[in-house]
Amino acid sequence: MKNTLLLAAGLALAPAASFAQDTIRMGTEGAYPPYNFINDSGTVDGFEIELGNVLCERAGLTCEWVTNDWDSIIPNLVSGNYDTIMAGMSITDERDEVIDFTQDYYPPTVSSYVALSEDADIDGGVVAAQTATIQAGHVAETGATLLEYATPEETVAAMRNGEADAVFADYDYLVPVVEASGGELVFVGDGVPLGGGIGMGLRESDGDLRETFDAVITEMKEDGSLNEMLRKWFGEDTAVYE
Amino acid sequence: MFSYCADPETLEGLAWLSCYLTTGKHLAFYQAFGTVLLLLAVTAPAALAFGFAGAVAARSRIAPLSWLGKGYIAVVRGVPDIAFFLFFVIALDQGIEWLRHKALCPDWDQPIRQGNDFVVCSAAKMPLGNAAQWVHDLYGFWLAVVTFAIVFGAFAANVLYGAMRAVPRAQLETAEAYGMAPRQVFRRILVPQMWVYALPGLSNTWMVLLKATPLLFLLGIQDIVYWARDLGGSKTPQFTDYPHGDWRVYYFGALLVFYLLCTKLSGIALDRLEGRIGHVDARIARAERRAGARQADAMGPQ
Repeated sequence: MKNTLLLAAGLALAPAASFAQDTIRMGTEGAYPPYNFINDSGTVDGFEIELGNVLCERAGLTCEWVTNDWDSIIPNLVSGNYDTIMAGMSITDERDEVIDFTQDYYPPTVSSYVALSEDADIDGGVVAAQTATIQAGHVAETGATLLEYATPEETVAAMRNGEADAVFADYDYLVPVVEASGGELVFVGDGVPLGGGIGMGLRESDGDLRETFDAVITEMKEDGSLNEMLRKWFGEDTAVYE
Repeated sequence: MFSYCADPETLEGLAWLSCYLTTGKHLAFYQAFGTVLLLLAVTAPAALAFGFAGAVAARSRIAPLSWLGKGYIAVVRGVPDIAFFLFFVIALDQGIEWLRHKALCPDWDQPIRQGNDFVVCSAAKMPLGNAAQWVHDLYGFWLAVVTFAIVFGAFAANVLYGAMRAVPRAQLETAEAYGMAPRQVFRRILVPQMWVYALPGLSNTWMVLLKATPLLFLLGIQDIVYWARDLGGSKTPQFTDYPHGDWRVYYFGALLVFYLLCTKLSGIALDRLEGRIGHVDARIARAERRAGARQADAMGPQ
């Protein structure tokens, strides 16, 4: 044990020599297009990556992206493995008790059901949703049986395989999936507004960083560059900021 | 990768496949196989070292050391791997940062635990906040190696402990009769002889270690399971040049083949090793029988 600690100290001393400005490590899931995903060349890409890079640039910060499983994305933030979360995470009261959020950079979202046919039983059947999301919380409150998966992709696969009657997820995540299915998949019922918009999650003890990002988001809302980015990634009809 | 890959939509068949299988993402997937093999190459000797230390401690005559060894074997073997992995890596990481914080930032006046947050001064961060990504990756990999080594070291320790006890008492007594000190008996007689008894148990532990490597995925390392899940998931044309349906079965099938190949190859290697050591063992046994027969002759009929 002593040896391992010495080894740790040795490993740590190597980069300790240069105390340049700290890098802000940005946590994301990398499995939630168009918000964030891994592109063909194996790097992170998506609306939040483009937005995050602009936020960092305007705030004069050096940022680096880190991917982490959705399941443990909040625990790893509070234990300091990275400094922010931009992972399509809606602002909710429950999450706000554990971490802090900037103001929303995506307006309150609509969630939708998608199934193989329009008469799928979304009220009493089996509905797939991603673990620890507002959608999973919502399904649990309806009469439907909730089937949880670690990634959003697996929820769609479960519905296609017939393990679930329908999938319940962010409308924006489902749109490209439905479009690409060539009529095989359809939206069922009306959209359900959930959550207080998507914001950047930070540690509660990181007030300064939150204010920095908050100010840049305000700036981007005012000069219209955020709306432009929203339209680019979510289409012309998407909800934008007034 | 290839020049004709610029517009994958126009490609078909093998040409498409050759482009698809050489995207940056796939190269990362192939690299991950190297990560797994590297982990095995580093972890196996490390676990053996932990096991050896644990076994020696457990059979020590000094009571506290013996308790430590036996406690290590009992606790780590008794806790489910997954629980240990999820708990230990966070605890180890925070423990290191806590120690560094105490050593490097004595003037820090804020508490380390602030509500849910674990906050140490930026100089105590492991790795430092401004370190390159590869340093973070290396650190994560190193944490994984230590965790694997501790878990599988406990199993190896139990095997070695048993093997040390299985070495015939007579061998050790003979060595003592020749005037060897306890250390010499240990080094020259006990350790060389115990391997025969340890090998079947150790080969078992090796197989389990090999199969346990997908636990890397739990530690946040982008291993083959991570990439197989991501690459196999259905892809829509908006976000990739290579859209496809749910191909997870092929990717996980490839992992299946990989692991079967690894276990088969190590099975062959271990069989050979056991055969060789068993051969030596048989020679010793024959020599012992001959010696016994000579002794009986010398004593003559009763």
